[in-house]
Amino acid sequence: MNGKNEILKAVTQQDYKYGFVSKFDSDKAPVGLNEDIIRLISSKKKEPKWLLDIRLKAFKHWLTLMDKEPAWAHIHYPKINFQDIIYYAAPKKKKELNSLDEVDPEMLKTFDKLGISIEEQKKLSGVAVDVVIDSVSVKTTFKDTLAKLGIIFCSFSEAVQEHPELVKKYMGSVVPYTDNFYAALNSAVFTDGSFCYIPKGVRCPMELSTYFRINEANTGQFERTLLIAEEGSYVSYLEGCTAPMRDENQLHAAVVELIAYKDAEIKYSTVQNWYPGNKEGKGGIFNFVTKRGICKGEHSKISWTQVETGSAITWKYPSVILKGDYSVGEFYSIALTNNFQQADTGTKMLHIGKNTTSTIISKGVSAGKSNNSYRGLVRISKSASNARNFSQCDSLLLSSECGAHTFPYIEINNKTAIVEHEATTSKVGEDQIFYCNQRGLDTEQAISMIVNGYCKEVLKKLPMEFAVEAQKLLSLSLEGSVG
Amino acid sequence: MLSINNLKASVENKEILKGINLEVKKGEVHAIMGPNGSGKSTLASVLAGRSEYEVTDGTVNYLEHNLLDMEPEERAKEGLFLAFQYPVEIPGVNTATFLRTSLNEIREHRGQEPLNGADFLKLMKNKMEVIDIDKSLISRSLNEGFSGGEKKKAEIFQMALLEPTLAVMDETDSGLDIDALKVVAAGVNKLKTENNAVIIITHYERLLNYIVPDFVHIIFDGKIIKTGGKELALTLEEKGYDWITNEHVALSNA
Ligand SMILES: Nc1ncnc2c1ncn2[C@@H]1O[C@H](COP(=O)(O)OP(=O)(O)OP(=O)(O)O)[C@@H](O)[C@H]1O
Ligand SMILES: [Mg+2]
Repeated sequence: MNGKNEILKAVTQQDYKYGFVSKFDSDKAPVGLNEDIIRLISSKKKEPKWLLDIRLKAFKHWLTLMDKEPAWAHIHYPKINFQDIIYYAAPKKKKELNSLDEVDPEMLKTFDKLGISIEEQKKLSGVAVDVVIDSVSVKTTFKDTLAKLGIIFCSFSEAVQEHPELVKKYMGSVVPYTDNFYAALNSAVFTDGSFCYIPKGVRCPMELSTYFRINEANTGQFERTLLIAEEGSYVSYLEGCTAPMRDENQLHAAVVELIAYKDAEIKYSTVQNWYPGNKEGKGGIFNFVTKRGICKGEHSKISWTQVETGSAITWKYPSVILKGDYSVGEFYSIALTNNFQQADTGTKMLHIGKNTTSTIISKGVSAGKSNNSYRGLVRISKSASNARNFSQCDSLLLSSECGAHTFPYIEINNKTAIVEHEATTSKVGEDQIFYCNQRGLDTEQAISMIVNGYCKEVLKKLPMEFAVEAQKLLSLSLEGSVG
Repeated sequence: MLSINNLKASVENKEILKGINLEVKKGEVHAIMGPNGSGKSTLASVLAGRSEYEVTDGTVNYLEHNLLDMEPEERAKEGLFLAFQYPVEIPGVNTATFLRTSLNEIREHRGQEPLNGADFLKLMKNKMEVIDIDKSLISRSLNEGFSGGEKKKAEIFQMALLEPTLAVMDETDSGLDIDALKVVAAGVNKLKTENNAVIIITHYERLLNYIVPDFVHIIFDGKIIKTGGKELALTLEEKGYDWITNEHVALSNA
């Protein structure tokens, strides 16, 4: 029995493979946060006054929340000193970039190390990649093809310059700055992110993909993503992240807003493997994200799929407001924690429209001394007659020192609702590992195979090329030297 | 090929194997019979390297290796195959994918190129005919929701695919209907060569009508108490274990 625990322990102790720092020149704001910093960010980005005003309002609001940092999540971390963070850093742009040849070779090398060369991505999968490095979009590809269809896919800053009416109309409409502590902070200091607009009746012909990286020491990253799908449109959006190894904790607080009109469908997939900290629990990203979508029109659909293997702390609840009748919300999640990682993640499905349905499939995998919690809310409003929800929350334990928790909240205000919740907790079976061993697989491969099998329901929701990457990532996150 | 000497093993400090001696040569078929709880599966598990069984004494030599020093996966790669009495289910893991990984691990160990998807499919098709297994089983998750008989058949299919040097079949016949039994037996016979060997653990003489063993061993209370030819199985079928265990007990008391 003990022998097996030892093996599992060894297997799940892996080193982060993406630890390196690129040497970009960067231009950064002084450390700390005050109105001047916000004005600086806004002026650096040549923003219109209305946007600066929003930032300042958000900042004022955030100050009132100073002692109200959310504390309900099942996570523990030292108090963050928000005055100890640099809120703006941009790689120095030497000139406008038109082709990959003009991209900083250092950065291309970075992508090579990550195994996500843009070139390859472009050729193999027809994915349009909008690369965000330390808050400034450096390269946008496939823009022309998309432009022909009237699709706008660009950095948030660019959208502010070129489509201010759209940004003004939708920014903060799903996640207002008053929503929570981190949303307020983000609204005040966000630096960049992605913007996507799919016009009426257009089916986006390719997966839209963004790779985020945090690159500057001590730089908090505050992205803002806004995605609008007009009536009858469809888009599949991929977000993937890796960050270099760091000693200090890095704060990340993004806001993502999705808007789906009548008959529109948004599929939003995330693979997150930011630096989780070392085996002793030192360092790693603090990830506090607010992601929410609204199904505005009838028969609209928003589907969140996430594979979370990174970050020291993950605080994240991609949610759907089901406002339109017959709208559909989905949440498929894999959260893998190892060593000292802590994840508190889940979703909120807020049923408002009639005949709305939601599905929640959550797979938690915990190893080492990590803590992994599912927290989900299903709320059926009075108006939501015939609403349906199905939730399934499974936890898989790979060690005896890790923790898995499930916090399902269900609020039903309409008697016609049908809400089902299933939860299971299991340990990786010694029998299963031995069976694989007997067929020539070593214990590491065996665990990787079993975990991937366990997560299959969610993995198969990912777009093909992303699924392969996610599978590799799951294996990698559990990899180590078997003693 | 396999030489077991005075093998003793215990689980949770309880001695189960109390001095097993067994010699298996290339090309031979050995049957092991014995009452419930006598240690047959334990022997198979110890040979395969299951860690909860502690070997307290004895040696096992397999193809010039000290088997007991090898990790379970090394043993598998060296051609030792165990058809489990109770194959486990691994949800979400596609059977074909699993087997391809397994086969390629073994091939790599043998210094062979890994099989690509197309070649692997071809090989699978081939072996599916030998074992007459339903194609749909292979496309499902490993053993998940398989019926008892289907699990046993799937084990034999894996065996056919991996072409072991030494196969240990732990009660593969239990739970098979008579037609399946014939098919499985025919499959095993087809796979049999001069260079490999099979150890068949069974309770029933009927299997031995189809796969004719060179030796039949009877295990009782962690020891092989009698070894004979095929006729020993027949005698057992007629007289039951009492006949032989009484004799054994009488002898040891004498
Ligand atoms: N993990 C274990 N923990 C405790 N006892 C065990 C364990 N494994 C085996 N045993 C015991 O060892 C003895 C031998 O078991 P084994 O499975 O080898 O018998 P068997 O000969 O294969 O029987 P059967 O014909 O019923 O399959 C039994 O008494 C069994 O209860
Ligand atoms: Mg048995």
